[in-house]
Amino acid sequence: MNATRAYLPAVALLLLAGLIPVLVAANTVLNFIVFTLIIALAAQGWNLLGGFGGQFSFGHAAFFGTGAYATAILQARYGVNAWAGFAIGIALSAAVGWMIGYLSFRSGLRGSYFALVTLAFAEVFRILANASAFTGGAAGTLVRLDMRPENFQFASRAVFVWIALALVGFVLIMTIAIGRARFGAWLAAVRENEDAARALGVDVLGVKLKAITLSAGVTGAAGALYVQYYLYLDANIAYGAWISVEALIAPIIGGIGTPLGPVIGAVTLHGLGELTKLFAGRIPGIDLVIYGALLVAAIAFAPDGIMGLLRKAQRRKDADKATDQNVTEGTL
Amino acid sequence: MLEVENLVAGYGGADVLRGIGLSVSAGEIVAVLGANGVGKTTLNRAISGLIRPSSGNIRFLGYDIAGKGPPAIVAAGLIHVPEGRRIFPNMSVRDNLILGSYRRGKPARAANLERMFALFPRLRERTGQLAGTLSGGEQQMLAIGRGLMAEPKLLILDEPSLGLSPLLVEEMFSLIGRIAADGLAVLLVEQNVIQSLELASRAYVMENGRVVVSGAAADIAADPALKHAYLGL
Repeated sequence: MNATRAYLPAVALLLLAGLIPVLVAANTVLNFIVFTLIIALAAQGWNLLGGFGGQFSFGHAAFFGTGAYATAILQARYGVNAWAGFAIGIALSAAVGWMIGYLSFRSGLRGSYFALVTLAFAEVFRILANASAFTGGAAGTLVRLDMRPENFQFASRAVFVWIALALVGFVLIMTIAIGRARFGAWLAAVRENEDAARALGVDVLGVKLKAITLSAGVTGAAGALYVQYYLYLDANIAYGAWISVEALIAPIIGGIGTPLGPVIGAVTLHGLGELTKLFAGRIPGIDLVIYGALLVAAIAFAPDGIMGLLRKAQRRKDADKATDQNVTEGTL
Repeated sequence: MLEVENLVAGYGGADVLRGIGLSVSAGEIVAVLGANGVGKTTLNRAISGLIRPSSGNIRFLGYDIAGKGPPAIVAAGLIHVPEGRRIFPNMSVRDNLILGSYRRGKPARAANLERMFALFPRLRERTGQLAGTLSGGEQQMLAIGRGLMAEPKLLILDEPSLGLSPLLVEEMFSLIGRIAADGLAVLLVEQNVIQSLELASRAYVMENGRVVVSGAAADIAADPALKHAYLGL
């Protein structure tokens, strides 16, 4: 596939999404979009490690929370500029990712053992953040409301939509580029068969460490963005299992190991959740029921996610076209 | 080209290799024979850097490679095709082959792909097919082809005939002969004694982590007492 064809759908989708805040001014809609984009970003991070590298993490909350807490605490306690705090938050999440990766990959943890270790790390972080005075304990941490661009706070929600879109778009393009680069091929080799990859001379530990560092940085950016938008954080938001689950379900629904998968998955899941809340709002928890049903359906009927279904349909169409051509050219 | 001296290696403190020595010269096919569990695969893994030897020397083209990691060893020109056809099942045949070429850079890739397809015409027919859907023999060819994409100077083949039908075993051995005829050295680790001795110029027989017999393949093949004692023939 040539470069234009690889990047075009992603760029087109981003530009279209960028128009939404111009056309729609309702705060609930913009709220929904920002939240969905934050989830999409966290899921894009998970997808780099889990989808492309085949290392299933159950504890991406560890990175989301670190990005969020670092950004919040640096501002609230040390008066650091919000944008600098945002950057430091991403760097710290990446560092935590590298550390967890180093400890678990070096000792050869794979599959469900790796998943359990990441879950344990996230839980330990949650308990520590809930108990420590440094993070504000159970009362949480507030970022002071001061709506100025230099504080990474904006009176208009539309600006947040664009910033979130820019981040999601940046990671989307980075992911497509990785998929086409040598690093992407090595990641796929590690995912497909670690022993064979090693015998081919792939530095398996190095590839995995690079992947988890990058992955953690991206999910950390989602956490940092979350805190700038909601200006409040506690341990259950930052390190809670909810975000670990969101980060892995969106790629599974959307299409694991595809660049667009996590974004499509997040939009589908939360879009459906919102719609059911809107139309069946009087039945409490109905959106969660839809959520569960969708997950079961996805695993049963579309193990490659929505992207997998689209690709299959495209292939069928191409095959039909080829048949038609053969018929008209008289070769069949 | 490859010299191994007093190599000791194993897993978690238990030594499997207890002082192995062997050598391979340029352009030569050398067979390593022995029953199950004598340490043939461990020997391969130690030479190619997949496990770290606890003592001994491994020299390849004059470099000391004992204790080096696989990336460095592969870069030096030694490729190990592990047993059991470890291909990448959910990738196309073409992508499997290309993954073998990354250490050699892009310019040589197209020429190497063409070379592999000439060597394995079956793979050309199946370029776009997922590797996991190939037959056992085709998967083994793919694994060897993927190794050759890195333009190795020495190829270590671990049980290439494992699980293949007799007809395919025949084909596999003639193929290895053809590859070596191009000047590539091959260290062939096999349980298929008769065919290996026919193909190789020299052979080592292993037992209990040591080399018990070594010499010209023809001499070993001609000695019934020896074959009976160590190779169960």
